[in-house]
Amino acid sequence: MASAYLPVLLLLAFVIANAGLIIGASHLLNKRRPTPEKLQPYESGIAPLGDARDRFSVKFYLVAMLFIVFDIETVFLVPWGVLYRELSCVMPRLADGACPAGAVSFFGLGEMLVFMAILVVGFVYVWKKGALQWD
Amino acid sequence: MSEPTGLAWVALSFAKLLAIFVVYLGTVAYTTLAERRISAWIQDRHGPNRVGPQGLFQPIADGIKNLLKEETIPGSASPWLFVLAPALAFVPAFVTWAVIPWGAPLPTPWGTISLAVADLPVGFLFILAISSLGVYGITLAGWSSNNKYSLLGGLRSSAQMVSYEIAMGLSTIPVLLLAGNVAMGDIVAQQQATSWNAVLLSVAFLTFLVSAFAETNRLPFDLPEAESELVAGYHTEYSAMKYSMFMIAEYANMMTAGAFISTLFLGGWDIPFTTWDSTGAPSALKSAATFAMLYAKTLFWLFFFIWVRWTLPRFRYDQLMALGWRVLLPLLLAYIVLIASVLLALDAVGIGRGGAYVATLFGVNVAVVAVVAFWLDRGRLVSPAASRLQVQELERLRQVAARRAAIAAAGSRGT
Repeated sequence: MASAYLPVLLLLAFVIANAGLIIGASHLLNKRRPTPEKLQPYESGIAPLGDARDRFSVKFYLVAMLFIVFDIETVFLVPWGVLYRELSCVMPRLADGACPAGAVSFFGLGEMLVFMAILVVGFVYVWKKGALQWD
Repeated sequence: MSEPTGLAWVALSFAKLLAIFVVYLGTVAYTTLAERRISAWIQDRHGPNRVGPQGLFQPIADGIKNLLKEETIPGSASPWLFVLAPALAFVPAFVTWAVIPWGAPLPTPWGTISLAVADLPVGFLFILAISSLGVYGITLAGWSSNNKYSLLGGLRSSAQMVSYEIAMGLSTIPVLLLAGNVAMGDIVAQQQATSWNAVLLSVAFLTFLVSAFAETNRLPFDLPEAESELVAGYHTEYSAMKYSMFMIAEYANMMTAGAFISTLFLGGWDIPFTTWDSTGAPSALKSAATFAMLYAKTLFWLFFFIWVRWTLPRFRYDQLMALGWRVLLPLLLAYIVLIASVLLALDAVGIGRGGAYVATLFGVNVAVVAVVAFWLDRGRLVSPAASRLQVQELERLRQVAARRAAIAAAGSRGT
């Protein structure tokens, strides 16, 4: 199955080459006549005040950290979602996708409810702490 | 149905790649024109119509202009990162679409080939993974420019994109519950067997649509660029071709988002109300017709993106974050549990794919949409507070008039 990824590498190489070509071509084709004013960063027409790389709101770090937690949760949900139909039926499914009578299993749903419950506790905590409050 | 092997396979892969790349570049070029013409149409003005008939050569003129214009690199910027950033935005935008199947399998003299550049077993997880790399280009552009507007734009963008990535990822989980696989081909096949996921999973469809707007930085979520606050946001300092690369990447991402929504929720290349396209032997005609179908669906979404731009006002940043974290996230978690329970209930009563299956899921979705609409509305449209206000206003005016009449009467008695 690894060979299925070969076209992706091909595409990646092709697109990187294109990006390089575009940047290179524009670099060669345009004339640059720099002046001190032109090289200043744009600040609505006035002389820039100080450096832009200053401290910024801690909220952005908080979002990044919360993102990791909830994105990993999403990643955990993917294999569960793929296998859910099999987890909720202990016998092979019929031709139309229905589960044979008496073969229904609560295992898949139960496992996910436990996982979600743990996560919701964390979510409620984060909410009550005000981490999701942006002002 | 044999698949091509060896050198023929590599050559065919490259041919597919090139064909779709050309279609992408052409569509992106003409979407920039469409954006300007449709904006003009909505605002009752002409828009660019001078270069060629109806302005049709405008994208070519823009391309040449951008290639030849002077580009400036601010003296205080980090030059290498400044040049690298547009490439980092450009490359993921053109790699994400590799897994989208653009039509029914095409028979060639060397065997039948899938119309996806790479029919990966990881399916749409590839799109989610690669599209999130685009945020590096934007953040880096904002940081390397050493401009306050750029930095703020880049920061806003990174926070917005990671927030809505969660909503986007969670919106795809219900699709997995139905399809049982992440491969795009299986998701299309499942929709052909039952019904489009927009019907079966309307709530996930709507939340996915909202996240797609946020992920592509389009209005009403274009806070990274917000013209009235941040000049041009993360690409304030960019000019000429580097600026153009950000624009190309943005439009390519819009097109991928359109094709992705169509594949996950609108049946992909499935032609509605017919089974001709998905049954029987593959043929070139079927491939062409199904490709045209998916392309038409994608164009509709491109039009929709532009249409919404001139319909909705921009969000405030705190509203944007509140929507992502405090509305979409809990809503989707509850929705996943609900859909899983409904599927289990359908299993318990022994209903397989068919009319009852579609009707049950659609009914559940309509109920959820109604409840959520009522909750988000908080009495603004569904039970119009505006009309109650008018009644109060009317009462107040009546009192004022009565008081004036009383004063006038008292005045006339006095004289």
